Amino acid sequence: MATENKADVVIVGLGWAGSLMAEELTRAGMNVVAIDRGPWMDTSTHTPPAVDPDELRWGIRKELLAKPKDNTLTFRNRTDQTAAPQREHGIFELGGGVGGAGFHWAGMAWRFSPWDFEIRSKTIERYGLAKAEDGEMQLQDWGITYDEMEPLYDRFERIAGISGKAGNINGQIDPEGNPFEGRRTRDYPTPRLKTLRSMEVFNEATARMGYHPFTIPAANLSQPYVNPLGVSMGACTYCGFCLAYGCGNYSKSSPQACVFPVLMRRPNFKVITESCVIRVNKAQDGKTVTGVTYVDAQGREQVQDADIVCVTAFQVDNVRLMLTSGIGKPYDPRDQSGTVGRNFSFQTISGVDMWIEGEQMNPFIGAGAHGSQIDDFNGDNFDHSDLDFIGGAGILTLARDGAPISKAGKLPAGSPRWGSGFKKAYKDNYQTYTTIFNQGCSMPVKGGYLDLDPTYRDKFGVPLLRLTYDYAQSDRNMAKFTMDRSIEIAREMGAQHITPFNFADKPFTTAVIASDHVIGGAVMGADPTTSVVNPYLQSWDCHNLFVVGASAFPMNAGYNPTATVGALAIRAAQAIHQTYVNNPGPLVEA
Amino acid sequence: MKMKILGGAVAVAAIGAGIWAWTTLDTSRNAVADDTVRLADFTSTDAKAVKRGEYVMRAADCSACHTKGNGEFAGGYEMPTPFGTLVSSNITTDVDSGIGAMTERDFFDAVRHGQGSKGLLYPAMPYTAYAKLTDQDMHDLWAFMSTVEPVAHKIDETAGMPFPFNIRLAMLGWDMLFFQNKGFEATASDEVLKRGEYLVEGAGHCSACHTPRNALGAEIASQHLEGSRVGAWFAPEITGNAHLGLGASGADEVAAYLGTGTDGKAMATGPMAEAVEHSLQYLTEDDRLAMAAYLKSLPGSGATAPEPMTGLERGALAYEVNCSACHGTAGEGMGLLAPAFAGNHGILADDVTNLAHVMLKGARAAATDVTPTSAGMPSFAWKMDDRQIADVLDYIRNSWGNAAAPVRAEDIGALRGELDAGAPLR
Repeated sequence: MATENKADVVIVGLGWAGSLMAEELTRAGMNVVAIDRGPWMDTSTHTPPAVDPDELRWGIRKELLAKPKDNTLTFRNRTDQTAAPQREHGIFELGGGVGGAGFHWAGMAWRFSPWDFEIRSKTIERYGLAKAEDGEMQLQDWGITYDEMEPLYDRFERIAGISGKAGNINGQIDPEGNPFEGRRTRDYPTPRLKTLRSMEVFNEATARMGYHPFTIPAANLSQPYVNPLGVSMGACTYCGFCLAYGCGNYSKSSPQACVFPVLMRRPNFKVITESCVIRVNKAQDGKTVTGVTYVDAQGREQVQDADIVCVTAFQVDNVRLMLTSGIGKPYDPRDQSGTVGRNFSFQTISGVDMWIEGEQMNPFIGAGAHGSQIDDFNGDNFDHSDLDFIGGAGILTLARDGAPISKAGKLPAGSPRWGSGFKKAYKDNYQTYTTIFNQGCSMPVKGGYLDLDPTYRDKFGVPLLRLTYDYAQSDRNMAKFTMDRSIEIAREMGAQHITPFNFADKPFTTAVIASDHVIGGAVMGADPTTSVVNPYLQSWDCHNLFVVGASAFPMNAGYNPTATVGALAIRAAQAIHQTYVNNPGPLVEA
Repeated sequence: MKMKILGGAVAVAAIGAGIWAWTTLDTSRNAVADDTVRLADFTSTDAKAVKRGEYVMRAADCSACHTKGNGEFAGGYEMPTPFGTLVSSNITTDVDSGIGAMTERDFFDAVRHGQGSKGLLYPAMPYTAYAKLTDQDMHDLWAFMSTVEPVAHKIDETAGMPFPFNIRLAMLGWDMLFFQNKGFEATASDEVLKRGEYLVEGAGHCSACHTPRNALGAEIASQHLEGSRVGAWFAPEITGNAHLGLGASGADEVAAYLGTGTDGKAMATGPMAEAVEHSLQYLTEDDRLAMAAYLKSLPGSGATAPEPMTGLERGALAYEVNCSACHGTAGEGMGLLAPAFAGNHGILADDVTNLAHVMLKGARAAATDVTPTSAGMPSFAWKMDDRQIADVLDYIRNSWGNAAAPVRAEDIGALRGELDAGAPLR
């Protein structure tokens, strides 16, 4: 076992969270070593714009993603079942190289709402304790408020060049943006994307119904941009190949496009690729950590010592590292004691596919995060007093769904699925199809958690993570409610053929991609008995360990997680170089 | 910049051996330098001189050629020349493998006169330009070099040079023919132009790449800075000529290009990107403006725009499909990310090596502290044949107000072979 030179900080996983932290910390003068299990990848060479996107390779076979044989977990709905490994990607769309999932993501760049961060307090405040404690859900606040997150969101949006239109600048509501969003201090750094036909139909229909449509904030840039680090980005060409693809066009924000150009120039930064961290090493006193152990590209175990360890891998890997390293007490669903593995949540998805005769949607024009949304039924933007659930969904339509293979199944009920009849149906319906997707929030449940599988191990002999989870009844009710709203909207849009879908009217499964936004397991909070990390993402158990990512979310919102991950990463890094290094110890007293 | 090398001199070697050329070899003006203390035994304590010397080093771009993976200034950079491959020397303070045994006088003789510790230097080392460095700048450079960490790394500079080019004495004849052994004498009276001339013609050694050379590898004075092929690149005309040179650009734009690799229109790649990255980005804006003003003051080639080509529909279609996403439907470029073609005079020369090179092999833009992106241009060698590339180049060279000579598909094919870029897929 070899030991590399000790670093100030070792970062485990160089995705959005890792690269944003590395940028903050190296700019503050700290020596940072990042370790990533994937190979080095760059957008303009790995996915160059001179090569037409290959849907079969990237979109269907998902060659940019980590392979299930290298990274998977086992799954069951209840503790009385035996978990089996997820052997295909399913809902786990982990990054396959440096940049992590930030390389292949679609680019939806949301802020969570103020309600999300204080979900327990605000639910009790508005509806009473019974609504928050139904015996199944396990609601808890984040230990941070939206107002504290605002400058961090702003920083992420500036670095990523997010395109959008503000709906609330310092309390001033602009109906062109999202009137329900939290108060922002300024508009997005680049203007919103263009309004395409499917969005136009959606916008007009929802406006007639009294709702408030707006363009989704996107990490697909509407115009050339130079970010605060000095990195240049280009304008999106609306090619539509974002989700599961890399963008050699410099117009989809990614660690590669936004951070690496400056990070890689800094002499106090180093990245070790194709090396998998298998353990965070605890000091003898058990109160601190000394670094990490990883398996390098040649299969040798190595140790990287560091004063500070930042675990910034994908959500499930963050939790697994905590469990395999023996840091913190594992969660026990029988009495809800312990913290590590607690509050796994997903998203609760419903919606409709629809076909509007005579329409010409031109779906081959679009972008990964391109679409319109209404937030009238998201979060706590509507009164739940007489409803049998809390939370809601962002109800959105997408302008990115022209990919020829994946779209081949999008035919009205009764259409032939093979032969000349299929071809005719596909031809007739390619232009008339659009969708409404309800991206619903997800409430943690007492019985939903992550622990180590007793049977299955990975290629390094490390136990796989085991997921035990099913939807909360509140979420199921919400999904049905929002599905009904989307049917009404589809009718108003003029659809002749409507096929509703609801992933929450059956047991949760990891095999079907309703969403790929898995969260929780190493959650943040102000109470060490119900959280793994404090509001600065610092481990309650080892003060020089920071665990950053969607693993810190105590619940999931009706929005995509990336901007919140980015904002939390910046928060943790700032806490480290502004406060922690001057006086190492707990940043919050337990 | 590093690649163009001179040498060559079988014929003149015979002359050189016979005739003693006092004027060529005369280094008496270097008597201002100390000849007693070795570099290894001296470390300057004059912080200001060291700082000034570092600036001279940047302006002269020493590190670009003398650093290659063996440590700062430890040499090992290979420079292919028409006469064989030269390897740059170790110029750290190491006594055995570096220049630690040199005195200041020895150092002056090497830098300003091409007379090194192992014999005469090859003019790959641009002492022909460094001869113009002032005594003050040389003293400062010496002070800076004294602070360089010693690195023990032996270099055999001429191992890749076949006989007879490995005979350093042959350079005597070359020097007699082509080396102007005199210090800087400004041609202009204006102080800004003077400073610009000193930087361009001295430390900056711009002519090493931008001036064409004769059969013996010496710069052709009558075509000074009017553009030259350099390996698989073309260093364009950088005089005040308005068609091919800098005449249509403001001095501020030229200075921005030198400092960041782009003026928002053209973008540096290849050897010019290295010059920007290693050298020009470190100069003061005043010095870059002075260089720009001097370059623009040169009359240059007198080239004028031809009648623009017509009938470019094939190229227009290929451009729209393959290029317009980044370079714009009107050739306007993409911010600091992708160069513009409209009004970009750097793409209009008869020699299309640069355009063909980036089409065939792709490219990365210069990365500086101010412009770190280093955006990538993808290769089209696999996708487009020689005629298709020529069509696209004809289109961008003759649209949006541009006008240039037709591109020959044979030239694209020749470069494709030279770069080993591979054939398009069938």
